[in-house]
Amino acid sequence: MSENVQAATLSQVRSQVKKKKRKELWQKIYSNKAALAGLIILSIYALMLIFGPLLSPYDPYEIDLQNKLQGPTLDHLMGTDDKGRDILSRILYGSYLTLGVGFSAVLFGGSVGILLGLVAGYYGGKIDSIISRLIDVMLAFPGILLALAIVSALGTSLINVTIAVGFFSIPMFARIVRGSTMEVKKLEYIDAVRTLGANNVIILFRHILPNILSPIIIQASMRLATAILSAAGLSFLGLGAQPPSPEWGAMLSAGRDFLFNAPHMALFPGIMISFLVLGLNLLGDGLRDALDPRMKA
Amino acid sequence: MAVFILKRLAQVIPVILGVTLVVFLIMQMVPGDSAVILAGEGASEQTIEDLRESLGLNKPIYVQYFDYIKGVVQGDFGNSLKNGKPVLEEISTRLPITFELAMYSIAITIILGLIAGIVSAIRPYSWLDMSFMVIALLGISLPSFWLGILLMYTFAINLGWLPVAGWESPMHIILPAITLGAGGAAIVARMTRSSMLEVVNQDFIRTAKAKGLKGYVIIFKHALRNAMIPVITVVGLQFGSLLGGTVLVESVFAVNGLGRMIVDAIRTRDLPVVQGGVLVASLIFVFVNLIVDILYRVFNKRIDLN
Repeated sequence: MSENVQAATLSQVRSQVKKKKRKELWQKIYSNKAALAGLIILSIYALMLIFGPLLSPYDPYEIDLQNKLQGPTLDHLMGTDDKGRDILSRILYGSYLTLGVGFSAVLFGGSVGILLGLVAGYYGGKIDSIISRLIDVMLAFPGILLALAIVSALGTSLINVTIAVGFFSIPMFARIVRGSTMEVKKLEYIDAVRTLGANNVIILFRHILPNILSPIIIQASMRLATAILSAAGLSFLGLGAQPPSPEWGAMLSAGRDFLFNAPHMALFPGIMISFLVLGLNLLGDGLRDALDPRMKA
Repeated sequence: MAVFILKRLAQVIPVILGVTLVVFLIMQMVPGDSAVILAGEGASEQTIEDLRESLGLNKPIYVQYFDYIKGVVQGDFGNSLKNGKPVLEEISTRLPITFELAMYSIAITIILGLIAGIVSAIRPYSWLDMSFMVIALLGISLPSFWLGILLMYTFAINLGWLPVAGWESPMHIILPAITLGAGGAAIVARMTRSSMLEVVNQDFIRTAKAKGLKGYVIIFKHALRNAMIPVITVVGLQFGSLLGGTVLVESVFAVNGLGRMIVDAIRTRDLPVVQGGVLVASLIFVFVNLIVDILYRVFNKRIDLN
């Protein structure tokens, strides 16, 4: 009976501590003007993602050659493209593609990277050496070249771009998680749970992972910006989303051919990508300052 | 120092081998029969079989890898499927252009980044500092391919001051170099500012001020030298994204460099050219990192001696 009471009190204390920590984090983000600006920008994008198709004034694929290459007007707030399609509608519909590719790539790269980092940092020895060399090799590829090589092998499509961009995010997550795991595994409470009979899987996923979430969250927010830029870049090169897809990088690429007579075709998709990345960078900086002041730039 | 350099060189060898292995394995991921893809559309059964035999595609994969390494060491990267020319020949005509673009861009990155960072650190929280940091934040957030298009539209199409695309005269270099260097300059500016701000609050700077040294002596002789260490690392890391960035910037400005060669080869499924281009770019990056590491050590040593 008294054990039950103790367990209940412990879980209450735990949830109160969690609530307090969450409240403190929000307070730090709210007090940081740049992070707040980032949060507001990203909220607008989230609304666009959810309500985009409802707000869209036209069918994003509907061709209307009589109204092609029109500049911004009251009927078409962002103008029309070379096929007479409404650019605003295409941007609203395309948000799920651009954001979806970025999120999926980070989710894929993050999951694999976290797993590799946990295993390398926790087990050490030969396993660590092998994984660390693998990380070194993956980091030896400059910029998006590794993603390019993967796309060249798998073929051009948005799914392959997601895999490729996710793949080149793996080493960044793995390196950070490895370092954090090595620090945390030395702490006394890990010895304590081991003595209580917890196995390695439980120690890794229930006791180490929740305690290294801060660097993972910071890394994820930073990588998301890079992933969105890289995926849009690959679509811009014609290696990702294919016409008539309203993916923003592909729209920008199509607009490049009409710079002389319809610069708005390249202008609006570029603005949308830039503000999205700006929002992520601002929030990423804010999260870093709030969660890990040691990393403050 | 010599021991350190030898040690670092020894560490680079497994990374180089790893890079060749990854590039080799990625090309093995090509769905379907490589010989059929390499032979091109409409090739006869006999041609495919001959190709398989001549390229050693019927050998075990590890033998194929060793053959590949042997070829790379001897400068044999295979032949282009498009024009039959050796890949190395293609790379050697494209690489100097990319190298030139990268050098101008890194100069822009360092000069603009350092100036903005130092000015911001000297007058922290002033309107000048705020403006530079807002520009730096925008510089990090703008996709290079979009910035390139904006610059092209403004300075080439609208104002007519600079050529739209190509790589014929020094005027052609300006827009691609700014486009490629801008993102890095923004990162270097932010790093220099924060690094300088950290240094200027330290005791030895206060001592220098107390000794009555002039402002510029304190900034350039004492603060900047100490603040340079993290900045060098960032510049080194920037070289990697710069090499990756050439792919996009060369495509925007129709520059016939290594990056554009790789993109064109991907479009035409010219796999040996993609393989060779990615490998060469990665090896250059590995060696640049090595040089940065050595420079880092040199700067650290100098500080230790002082």
